[in-house]
Amino acid sequence: MHSILGRQQLSPNVTRLKVRAPRIAAIRQPGQFVIVRLAENAERIPLTIADADPAAGAITLVIQSVGKSTRELVALKPGDAIRDIVGPLGHATEMIASGRALCIGGGVGTAVLHPIAQSLNRRGVHVTSIIGGRSREWVIFEEELRRLGEVVVCTDDGSHGRKGFVTDAAKDLLATGGADIVYAVGPVPMMRAVANLTRPLGVRTIVSLNPVMIDGTGMCGGCRVTVGNKTRFACVDGPEFDGHQVNFEELMDRLTIYREFEQRATACADGGCRLEAAVAGRPAQ
Amino acid sequence: MPEQDSAARAANFDEVNLGFTDELALLEASRCLQCKDPRCMQDCPVCVNIPKFLELLSHGRIAEAAQSLLDDNALPGVTGRVCPQETQCEAGCVRAARGRPVGIGHLERYVADWARTHRDQLSAAKTPATGRRVAVVGSGPAGLTAAGELVRHGHGVTIYEALHKPGGVLVYGIPEFRLPKKIVAQEVERLQELGVKIECNAVIGRTWTVPELRGQFDAVFLANGAGLPVFMDVPGENLKGVYSANEYLTRINLMAAYQFPRSSTPVLHGQRVAVVGGGNVAMDSARTARRLGAAEVMIVYRRTRNELPARAEEVHHAEQEGVHFEFLTAPVEVIGNDKRWVTGLKCLHMKLGTPDASGRARPEPVPGSEFVMPCDVVVVAIGTRANPLLTATCPELKLNKHGYLVVDENGMTNLPGVFAGGDIVRGAATVILAMGDGKRAAGAINNYLKPAAS
Repeated sequence: MHSILGRQQLSPNVTRLKVRAPRIAAIRQPGQFVIVRLAENAERIPLTIADADPAAGAITLVIQSVGKSTRELVALKPGDAIRDIVGPLGHATEMIASGRALCIGGGVGTAVLHPIAQSLNRRGVHVTSIIGGRSREWVIFEEELRRLGEVVVCTDDGSHGRKGFVTDAAKDLLATGGADIVYAVGPVPMMRAVANLTRPLGVRTIVSLNPVMIDGTGMCGGCRVTVGNKTRFACVDGPEFDGHQVNFEELMDRLTIYREFEQRATACADGGCRLEAAVAGRPAQ
Repeated sequence: MPEQDSAARAANFDEVNLGFTDELALLEASRCLQCKDPRCMQDCPVCVNIPKFLELLSHGRIAEAAQSLLDDNALPGVTGRVCPQETQCEAGCVRAARGRPVGIGHLERYVADWARTHRDQLSAAKTPATGRRVAVVGSGPAGLTAAGELVRHGHGVTIYEALHKPGGVLVYGIPEFRLPKKIVAQEVERLQELGVKIECNAVIGRTWTVPELRGQFDAVFLANGAGLPVFMDVPGENLKGVYSANEYLTRINLMAAYQFPRSSTPVLHGQRVAVVGGGNVAMDSARTARRLGAAEVMIVYRRTRNELPARAEEVHHAEQEGVHFEFLTAPVEVIGNDKRWVTGLKCLHMKLGTPDASGRARPEPVPGSEFVMPCDVVVVAIGTRANPLLTATCPELKLNKHGYLVVDENGMTNLPGVFAGGDIVRGAATVILAMGDGKRAAGAINNYLKPAAS
């Protein structure tokens, strides 16, 4: 069991949990993730490790509440516990030794950028972050990233920072200062837009993919993505890949496989389908 | 063996075989001729003393029969259900020459089930501790067997399991109707009572590395399984509705997706499901699809019935449950609609040609025979390949050209004190062969630890 040591609401649907996981806290590297299973019968959910405190034996998970399972996770309070956490999984982020890095984050993906920016900053790489959200209240990790370099905030409604998409700001920055490497983590359309922007400029662009996943050890192949026309498993070959090679359309499409099930599960959690829960034990309908 | 009616069971996940009654078991056990040179035993990968436990059973001395069986086999409730007895112990039975062999598998199951429910009547004597510690990587059949043997020699054993539940393929791969999860859990509990420690959620190669384990333990046994699913490498394989058998079965078995939404993991319920492959995993997938409510389930296999690698009983059960077999058929493309959902499997008819390296006739495409088999789910069950997760973080380990571990006749790798067995050495094989490896390696580990222990 992994007890919850702290909880903080970061935006209307994003929550930060500090969770006890000493081994993972001691060895995790930027870019790596864990798979959590809240309780018996719960789903296995992959989550990026946003930060770690080895002394306290704790890792930080940043969770966007999107369906029944994530809603249950973000409802946890200090003193509650997560049954299973496995990791650290996946490869560590590809780093550069010197130069300038542009870190672009959208929504909950901004949390994934944080350990990457931390590590770059520690190596002496000049870090600029561009982070975005719908409006002021949806922007997360601004303060943490400011400690590591300049931050450009973009909001759709202009309520904070500049009005517009992160790609608009990225375009301006790349045109004026340029970058040796770009890290983009966020919704798939955002990562695709960034990759499309940097491809003609020839700037290496790393994206972090979040496909459907079960075991996280390469066993099931559910997380397969097409990168450079080859099938790769995000859990063991990734989760980060060369953004210029990723088939984002296929990824977006595969993320919708269980949409109908997710809606049903959410409806059930709301008490809307007691009948369905009652017959669920009978598999053949 | 009495079994559930085929129409009823095709719609539930309860065990198909219902088990012997006491009378039937005694009667069947007394059919054993107590051969002087028992062939059944020679053909058993874990060398169960079959005549001994059958004789005890035939005299109604069931507690002694159970003790004898458990001394030879750490997981009799498992092997009694999933072993291919027809090609092992029962093939060697002299009774088979004239009529029906002794039903050794069913009797093993009967005795194992008695042992599970009468634990208080079995000896709980523990071997004095040697003070030596062994790490076992993977809690599948090889790992559990090795752990059971090692702990009986008095060694401290810790198993590291990557998933959240122990059992490996016994819990994620083999379906409930063939091997109830409760039985695996009870066999695991029995090992834990003997002193085996199990640490779940520990991925060796990520959470810990082999050199780290080697530094903390006196010996290490690697039994982390075969791993990565092989796909067909045809167009359309990433369409929505295409599963590897590993994913399909893991969702349903380990994550209990058949109970959705009571359990939170979903799985697509196809109406027409095409399962590609002819092994036991393909049969398991096909029979599972029927139980999820598929109106039609097709096994797509490129050779004929004679070459099916699956056990005869599994093929028979699949047919009884309404699974269709499309022999001499090979997929060339998965077809989808404009929303990228699977709508069919484009296939070619095949004919058998000259034998290939495996000795089996090589299937050759019949020109112009292309056709589309309509389906909404495709399950790819054509095998697995070595998972590099563990070996990549221990580059000193010697691998063969397929990425599997190379071991000597004692099951030891090129690293002293690091042993290996099961699918990570053999490639995908059977539960019982993995258990045989576990038992042999445990013996070798015991010998390896002895000089320093004395």
